[in-house]
Order: sequence, then structure tokens, then C-alpha cells
Amino acid sequence: MPKIIKDNAIIDSPLAVVQPAEASLACSNSLLPLAFYLAHQTSLAGRADIGVWLQADEAVEDLAPYLSDLTVIALDLPQFGDGRAYSSAALLRQRYGFTGEIRAVGDVRRDQLEQMQRCGFTAYALAPGQDEQACLQGLAGFTFNYQASVDKPQPLFRRRA
Amino acid sequence: MYIYDNYDQTMVDERVNQYRDQTRRFLAGELPAEEFQHLRLRNGLYIQRLAPMLRVAVPYGMLSSKQLRKLAFICRHFDRGYAHFTTRQNVQYNWPKLEEVPDILEALASVQMHAIQTSGNCIRNTTSDQYAGVAVDEIEDSRPWAELIRQWSTFHPEYNWLPRKFKIAVTGAREDRAAVQVHDIGVRLIERDGEVGLQILVGGGLGRTPVLAPVIREFLPKQHLLTYLEAILRVYNRYGRRDNKYKARIKILVRAMTPAVFAAKVEEEWLALKDGPETLTAAEITRVKSFFTRPAYAPTGQGQAVLDAALQENFAFKAWVTRNIKAHQEAGYAIVNVAMKATSIAPGDVTDEQLEVLADLAEKYSFGEVRVTHEQNVTLADVRQDDLYPLWKALCEAELAAPNLGLLTDIICCPGGDYCSLANAKSIPVAEAIQRQFDDLDYLHDLGDLDINISGCMNACGHHHVGNIGILGVDKKGAEFYQVSIGGSANTNAALAQILGPSFARAEIPGVIQQLVDVYLQRREADEQFVETYNRIGIQAYKDRVYA
Repeated sequence: MPKIIKDNAIIDSPLAVVQPAEASLACSNSLLPLAFYLAHQTSLAGRADIGVWLQADEAVEDLAPYLSDLTVIALDLPQFGDGRAYSSAALLRQRYGFTGEIRAVGDVRRDQLEQMQRCGFTAYALAPGQDEQACLQGLAGFTFNYQASVDKPQPLFRRRA
Repeated sequence: MYIYDNYDQTMVDERVNQYRDQTRRFLAGELPAEEFQHLRLRNGLYIQRLAPMLRVAVPYGMLSSKQLRKLAFICRHFDRGYAHFTTRQNVQYNWPKLEEVPDILEALASVQMHAIQTSGNCIRNTTSDQYAGVAVDEIEDSRPWAELIRQWSTFHPEYNWLPRKFKIAVTGAREDRAAVQVHDIGVRLIERDGEVGLQILVGGGLGRTPVLAPVIREFLPKQHLLTYLEAILRVYNRYGRRDNKYKARIKILVRAMTPAVFAAKVEEEWLALKDGPETLTAAEITRVKSFFTRPAYAPTGQGQAVLDAALQENFAFKAWVTRNIKAHQEAGYAIVNVAMKATSIAPGDVTDEQLEVLADLAEKYSFGEVRVTHEQNVTLADVRQDDLYPLWKALCEAELAAPNLGLLTDIICCPGGDYCSLANAKSIPVAEAIQRQFDDLDYLHDLGDLDINISGCMNACGHHHVGNIGILGVDKKGAEFYQVSIGGSANTNAALAQILGPSFARAEIPGVIQQLVDVYLQRREADEQFVETYNRIGIQAYKDRVYA
């Protein structure tokens, strides 16, 4: 079973990303593509063993009506330099109030984890070759941050002593 | 100027430790080069033609004497005795060792400086008007607003991996000395019905596709600055192109969507953020403004008389005052510009000793502060008129008294092919050849304001698109050639220069510039400056002369 980092620990996760060509209602323990999920939402409603994954250019707005049905949303990073998923995560938390797991999948590397965490990610399926223990350290960010973010909703200027 | 408290200092110190660990992991083989590249760029470290280059952030150009001395120390201990002022008010070192960069950053942190986000696809150092707080045409001091943007943009977790680099400039004066129309975001402090607010421009830039930024919000109440920037950045981060780095700047997105549609998209996003936690509080605005108060001016009342007497006596001093001194808000004071453009020195280059002289002179004559300008010069913003003559004498001794501010020889120039691995051609020797061609000071003063901007490639670090005369290094079948353009301007009436025609070999450039100047001298009317004559008569007369 693949390992992920979740809530500051290394755990086994049964959920695997399913590519569009392989997606079917028979898939269990799966992260289904957004388009497939939207097309079969009524059939999938209530299934606890599935989640949804979004490509970097897919809009979290499309999921807004179904968020209460979902426990896991995965956001894909096609390359580690592609920052779109950070905005997607922030929107899911700040605008749509999603409280389930947001998982980073794809090219996920150690030195990005603290920024992801600040944007609302809570789980990380690491890129091949990443050292999970070292990545746990990567979650520790700076003591202080200037901006408002998901983990610190008030900017520093509203907290500054 | 802004002084760090424990929060600011802790962030910078922790960043040094983080970067030290990233460097260690790279050198130990734990971090692949292509990944470390992105991490080091976010700390200003490029790998250049001959050595790494480290770009140090100078927020909106402000430096204290203490910081200047530390920069000099770094020149001496980690580099080859000199540094370089850039066109974005920053400082670059051309010869640091990769493994010593963490130590340089530690030295910088000890004087409240850093290299955070001076490169990479993130929000870069915020620039501003070098005369902020002292300019006679000022509506409001832009520095508190630039500092607020600096803090908001530093380590913003959502915008560290943008499609491309992102540059913000702020001006609070009627004349635009910050070139806000050629930035990704330009912020203008403007007055409407007695209230000072913000006008927001988006999508300007130079590079391959030069564009003047359209206004996307005519008037924004100031407390909404950060939520509005957040909306712009979020739209860009989500929708900016990532398939082609040459089409990834926000200007391409604004153009593709049209400014009106882009503005509507931002407005929609902003309405969801408006009045949220990033809305500036009166207390925070007051706190940041408190760092930019007027110094304890103490005019003697004799300033003008003392100055007039010195002007009578010394022609060289008069030439310097005529060009390099600007009017000040406070009676009895003057703004002094130190032109870093002596012939045979690369434009913007400064030695360790000169940095220390500037530190001493700033302490003695200008409340211990200087500003770096986007023209790669240095401003002493608060000098008593009676001190101008002794200051000038001291600058002469340090070879820092070139009386050529704004003249043809005050050339903006990128490091070019001598240092930069992106360059198609060298730029520094072109600047020097032009300075040698035009070595008659009386002639130069008669020519008046004339900006020559030189870039070694189309990335346009030398801002060639907005030079009255722009020179661009191009590669023609492996040989260095130079394309000349004319009519650009970076001020309030910003304009992009027009390409004159086929490019030239390097040796031809001084002669071409001479021909362009000759057309101006023959055709100018009354007090017309170079660019005004061009605007009146058009490009053909210049083409006819140069390609005759």
C-alpha cells in the first residue's frame, strides 16, 4: 500500500489515482478524475471509498455543490514548478469551506510542503524518490508569516505585538 | 526607513538557515540540480557565464550607511572588490562562491537585508520612486505602500510558483520615476475629490513583447491594496499560460483576455476577498508610515546664498549642480544624485571603497540614508544646500562626481555578455564606446536630457524599449549585432521605442548615435528635448540619415 504523509505522520493510504481511461463505477479505493465524478455524481454519492482528483487546469468551482459528499480531494502537480494547485487548495478552504482531506499528488517534493500546508493541503503523496522522513521535516515552515493563509487566517499585522 | 522588529528579523534569519540546508543538500547530492535551481533562484542566485551571480534585494532602493558598509564588506571578503547597482534598485555580486552564499546571506541578515525572491517565478522586489518623501511633485510618499507590499509578498505561499516572474512598482508623484507602466502591476497614488487612493495598472512589461500597462482599476481606496493585489495574483496564478515561458507573463494574459475582461475577472475575485483579513487596518498603515517620517531638518537659512557663491566660483561644480541636483520639499535642502556612470566603468558598478565613501557622506550630509535608482545611480535625498559644495568636493575625490545625470552618457546598461549567460551580445563595451565618442561635457549639456538604454538580449534588463535611444544586442549567425530603436520613454508619458531598421556591428554604434544626435541638433526647435523633436518629426528623418 502506498505511503503518504498525512497530518504530520507517514501512513498507508489505500486511495490511488485513477486515470480517465481506467475510471469506472467498479473502481474502489480510488481517486477518480473530476470529469468522471461529475458525470456519475448521483451514483457515487455516499461512497466512502472514493475521492476526486483534479488536474492543474480544472476548476474547484465545479466541485462546489458536492463538497459535503467528499472526504478527499486530490490536486495534481504536473511539475513541481506549477503553482495552480496552491490556489485551488486555498479556494477550497477559504471560499468553499471544505474541511476534508486535500491531498497533493504528482510532482510533490520536500521544499514545497510548508507552502502547500499553508494553502490548506493536509496530505502529500510524494514524488518517486522523495525521502518520507526528510519530507516530514520539510513541513516545518517559518515561525512567523506576514500574510493571511489557511493555517493562519489572520495576517501578522492583525496579530503583531 | 523601515526597521525590523523580532518578527521580520526571525523570518530573515530562518530563511538563511533554510537556504544553508538547501545548499548543503545540493552539495551532498541529495537535491537534484534542476530542483536546486528553482530554490536558489528564489534566493537570487544565478549560475552565470563565469561564476554565480547573487542578487541582493534593496526594497524600493533604500539603504542605510550601516547596510552600505556591510555591502562593502561582502565585496571585499566574498567577491572581487566591487558590486553592481541594477535597473530594479537592487545590488548584484558577480563573483560569489556557491558554497559561501549562505555566509553572505548571514552577513546581510545582520543588517536587516536579504536576497529573498530576487529571482524565480515569484513576486520580486517592489520598486518605487527614488525621490519618495522629498519630491516637490509628490501626492503621497510611496514607500509605506511599497513596504506593505514587500511584507505581503514575502513568502506568500500561494504565489511562489507563478507562471513567470512578477514585478510591482509604486509611485506617489505626478511625474513617474518608477516606470509603473512597464511593470506587471503598477500602483499610482492619486488624488480624487480630496481623497488619496490607488490607481492600479496591470500587464505592462518589456522583454520580447513590450507593452504599456492598461489601467484596470481607476480608483481603489487604500485599505483594499492587499486584497486587490491578492485578486490579481490569484487570477494570474490560475489562468496565466504555463505552456510557453515566452508567453507566460501577465501582460500576455491581459492582452488575450482583453483588459476589460481581465479587470472584470479580478473584480469578481476581489469581491470575495474584499473586507477580509488582509484589509489594511488604520493601525497598520500608521505603524508602517511611522518609519518614513521626515528627518529633523535644520536649515541654516543661508543655504541659497552659500550655494550661489560657490556656483559663481567653480564652473565644474556648477555643471554638477545643474544636472545632478533636484528640488526638495524642504526649503534649504536639495536632492543629490550621484551618477555611477564614469567613462570606462561599467554603468552601475561600484567599488567597496566607493560604497564606504557613500556611507560616510550619507552619514555626514544626508541622515545616514541613500537610495538606489532604477537608472543605476545613487541618490542622497536630504542634503542641506550649504553642504552641497563640500559634498561635491568629497565626491570628486572618490571619482563619484560625474556631472552627467540624465545626459547621453548616463547610460542604463545590463551586465550583458561579459557576465550574463542569457545575453546575445556584450553591452558594457558598447556603453563605454558611446561615452568615449561623447566626451565633451559642454556639448552633452547642450544636448540635454537623452536616455540611452542598452540590453544584451531581449529579456530587456537594460530597458532598451523605453530609452530615448535603445540598443539591443542580437545574435546574427553567431556574431554580435545591435538593433537600434528611437523614441522610447519611461516617464509619465511612457512610450515604446520604434526600431530604426537593420542592425549594426558594434564598432558602428557610436557613429550611429552621433547621426541620430545630429538630426536632433539640426531639427530641434526652441527648448525641445531629444524625444520631443522625435515625437514631432517622426522616425523617417533619422532613418534617412543613418541608412543613407
